[in-house]
Amino acid sequence: MRSPVPRGRIREVRFASGLDRSELVVVDHRDLTGPNEVLLIEPDQPVLAADRVRHLHEPVLLLAHPSREALRRAVAAVEIVVDPEPPVLDFTVDPPPGGVQYGDDNVLKRLSIDKGDVETALAGAARIVEGEYRTGAQEHVYLENQGMVAWEEGDVLVVKGSLQCPYYVLKALGHALGRGPDRVRVVQAPTGGGFGGKEEYPSLVALHAALLARKAGRPVKLVYERGEDMEATTKRHPSLVRHRTGVDVEGRLLAQDIEVVLDGGAYVTLSPVVLSRAIIHAAGPYACDHVRIRGRAVFTNSPPYGAFRGFGAPQTIFANERHMDVVAAAVDLDPIELRRRNLIENGQSTATGQVIDDGTDRTALLDRAVELSGWHEKKAAHAELARRHPWRRRGMGLACFHHGAGFTGSGEVVLASRVDVAGLADGRIEVRSGNIEMGQGTLTVFTQIASEASGLAPSAIALAEPDTARVPNSGPTVASRTVMVVGRLIERAIEDLKARLGLPPDAGGDRFAEAIRAAHAERGEAPVGTATYQPPPGVEWDETTYRGDAYAAYAWAVYVAEVEVDLRTYTTRVVDFVALQEVGKVLNETLARGQIQGGVVQGIGWALMEDVVLEDGAMANAQLTNYIIPTSDDVPPIRVTFEETPYAHGARGAKGLGELPIDGPAPAVVNAVARATGTRPTTVPLTPERLMERLEEGRADVA
Amino acid sequence: MKVEAPATLDEALACLQAAPLVPLAGGTDLLVHWPGNLEAKAGHYVDLWALDELRGIRRDAEGLTLGALATYWDAIRDSRIREEFPILVQAARQVGAIQIQSRGTWAGNVVNASPAADGVPVLMALDAVVVLASASRRREVPLDAFYTGYRTTVRRADELVVAVRLPDRGNAVQTFVKVGSRRAQAIAKVGLALARSEAGWRVVAASVAPTVVRCRTVEAALDAGDAFAAPEDLLPLLREDVTPIDDLRSTARYREMVLARVLWHAIAEAA
Repeated sequence: MRSPVPRGRIREVRFASGLDRSELVVVDHRDLTGPNEVLLIEPDQPVLAADRVRHLHEPVLLLAHPSREALRRAVAAVEIVVDPEPPVLDFTVDPPPGGVQYGDDNVLKRLSIDKGDVETALAGAARIVEGEYRTGAQEHVYLENQGMVAWEEGDVLVVKGSLQCPYYVLKALGHALGRGPDRVRVVQAPTGGGFGGKEEYPSLVALHAALLARKAGRPVKLVYERGEDMEATTKRHPSLVRHRTGVDVEGRLLAQDIEVVLDGGAYVTLSPVVLSRAIIHAAGPYACDHVRIRGRAVFTNSPPYGAFRGFGAPQTIFANERHMDVVAAAVDLDPIELRRRNLIENGQSTATGQVIDDGTDRTALLDRAVELSGWHEKKAAHAELARRHPWRRRGMGLACFHHGAGFTGSGEVVLASRVDVAGLADGRIEVRSGNIEMGQGTLTVFTQIASEASGLAPSAIALAEPDTARVPNSGPTVASRTVMVVGRLIERAIEDLKARLGLPPDAGGDRFAEAIRAAHAERGEAPVGTATYQPPPGVEWDETTYRGDAYAAYAWAVYVAEVEVDLRTYTTRVVDFVALQEVGKVLNETLARGQIQGGVVQGIGWALMEDVVLEDGAMANAQLTNYIIPTSDDVPPIRVTFEETPYAHGARGAKGLGELPIDGPAPAVVNAVARATGTRPTTVPLTPERLMERLEEGRADVA
Repeated sequence: MKVEAPATLDEALACLQAAPLVPLAGGTDLLVHWPGNLEAKAGHYVDLWALDELRGIRRDAEGLTLGALATYWDAIRDSRIREEFPILVQAARQVGAIQIQSRGTWAGNVVNASPAADGVPVLMALDAVVVLASASRRREVPLDAFYTGYRTTVRRADELVVAVRLPDRGNAVQTFVKVGSRRAQAIAKVGLALARSEAGWRVVAASVAPTVVRCRTVEAALDAGDAFAAPEDLLPLLREDVTPIDDLRSTARYREMVLARVLWHAIAEAA
């Protein structure tokens, strides 16, 4: 049972008089046996609201019943009575009097990046180009909705469900239920997509299922229906990004002054970390000596926004790459040339002062992508089409971007992830990690990595089920870290196992299997190798000043979109898409391609059609008939090309790539629409309705 | 849930005579509500799917008869419909997915009375007539007089739509445009069916009024030979005919503008 209003004080929970409560299990905040807090970064989010509600659909009361239909009748017979208070729903303006609900000013987190002297550099610039860009929320639309089963096995509470981070759930359960880690166990069930939506939210579902199971004294299954899942759970943070950019007469970036504002929703959850990744990616893959980035995540009475593939970077990359086209127009330069003049060369540094020297030639990537896309040939055809066709218009757009793999800054050191590899009695090995498969290919690629490192056949590699009773904490399955970071731990744990068995590092295959069998025969137990994260040498980060190596490695990409706009209906269709990226070594091309294609489709959806309509701060179009994601007919064949510069500290030379493909489509597509229509759109999703407004406003200079 | 399963049309009509049951043909508009709506699921239905006498597409001297169980897929597969009434096929192909097209019926689309229907506009542009039967009588109602308001029709609770008839006449112009929020499996934000025959122009719009509507002001202007220099010139006439609104799927302004634009280009292409 959830809050009926976005903000207010709970007066009472009213049960209708004829309600049969004999088999009904009712749980509220008083049933917690630990602090009423969903453990994450700040302790502000309650498991169940006690006296106040801060967003529509906030959980207040839990009901369970053996019969689904009886449960539905019970739901209809219970009313949460709330005295409403005026909500704060606009994250772009200061809160009104009485609207402050977090800290002094409703700012959940502030972060800054400072490099050089922006004001002086702006004063000396030939042109200063300003822009303001907005992005909307996005729903994950994973295959199965949030769901958990909870039961007790003796003294141990077991929770099994659709999730990305078993140890997040374990810690949240232990905290709010007041149980030690040995009395809680979390198991990942096969998961059909998460995209970040199953990073932090499952802790809440698990807590609710656990509370009900404990009170009912029997297993409880809690599975959301799609509508509830869409209205109540996390989405991508809406954003507002302002740019003020100083350039010289040749289009070289002299100063980037950037303001980033994210809508955090009603609780802190992961917003500080999303903001961190947002600002670190905000200045793009460009060399600029004077950069100032001011970021803040702001409280509103919306359901908390949360992790979503890209984690803040797609928002700021959209703004930056859209803005680069506007800058190019202002200095009368071709957008490709503007980017070529500013892309980071090896030896130059990013906004945080991180010197990039990874051997990747970023201007060559740009030129290759432009060539693959047929940019110059198509430009002439597009001009011809505009001359002769009454309503079809075509245009090209591109985006250059990068994405840091793994946790930001010292995050991986703090996580201290661990992987174990056990030798089994029959000579096979078992990889034990808490990283999960959700359709992205973890099981396959972990098997490949372990097979390669051990010299054993893939059939001799077992992967332990992600079950906190069986696997160590190897960190969450997020942040494009699984292959690069955890895959490397698998390699090192195998090396460790070899060392423990007295084998040299290059020993593998039959000799390794034989040594494992011998160890079993000798000791009667499995020999176990282990590895704990160690940062690559030379990686340094200062969390207080935001200076240094924000990520150990970046993937680099250039995406080019060709669109066709129907001027009758203002509808945009992407007709060609080139996705070129450098991601270190590609370990499994089929899966990598699938990740890129899926991310591009999700990015095209965000760019053009996935519009979360908010009413009272929450999603009003919470149905798949009204929240539109692309079908296979809405996307062109996505032409994926990889460049490979092996990365010394990732598994077999790999860098992360899972999030990268959602960063580029929105700016590439919107830049293409701008070129096709002669308008200057600044907002995603660029729905036909919004494009119509732009066209009706009159045509700005082509950007 | 209770479901009656009559074996003949007479039995079905007797069921409806006895109680105001919900007729169930392909079920595509009804089943979607069952998982989330206890009341809908607990309803009392009369399943028509076994009534072979309502199946199929027939032709006689007066025209074409779509039996109440004729599906979109039946029309897509019918070579003469492809030839004579191509907009039926165009509309049918844009309904949901193939699974829906093979199960959903034209008559069901008519009775469901959605203002965003895909099948209704093309039927209305072809001057379709709805054939209603009850245990005691049979009557025919022109489709453009079938709707009385948002999701309401002239069908009485004891009546069943047994067929939809199309007059036998040549249509020199037949255009169907569906503007959805994506290219497939979308609900229309704007729908347009345009036809021209010896009876004159027919301009039918969807998703811009409480029902699918004929734009009679525009039709009269076209019949009078009026020409329009630009899409915006159609707006004053359209505003007499349609009343679009803002909702979760689009805006009134967009619907009005896009209707004018697709109509203007369709007229231009037909000329």
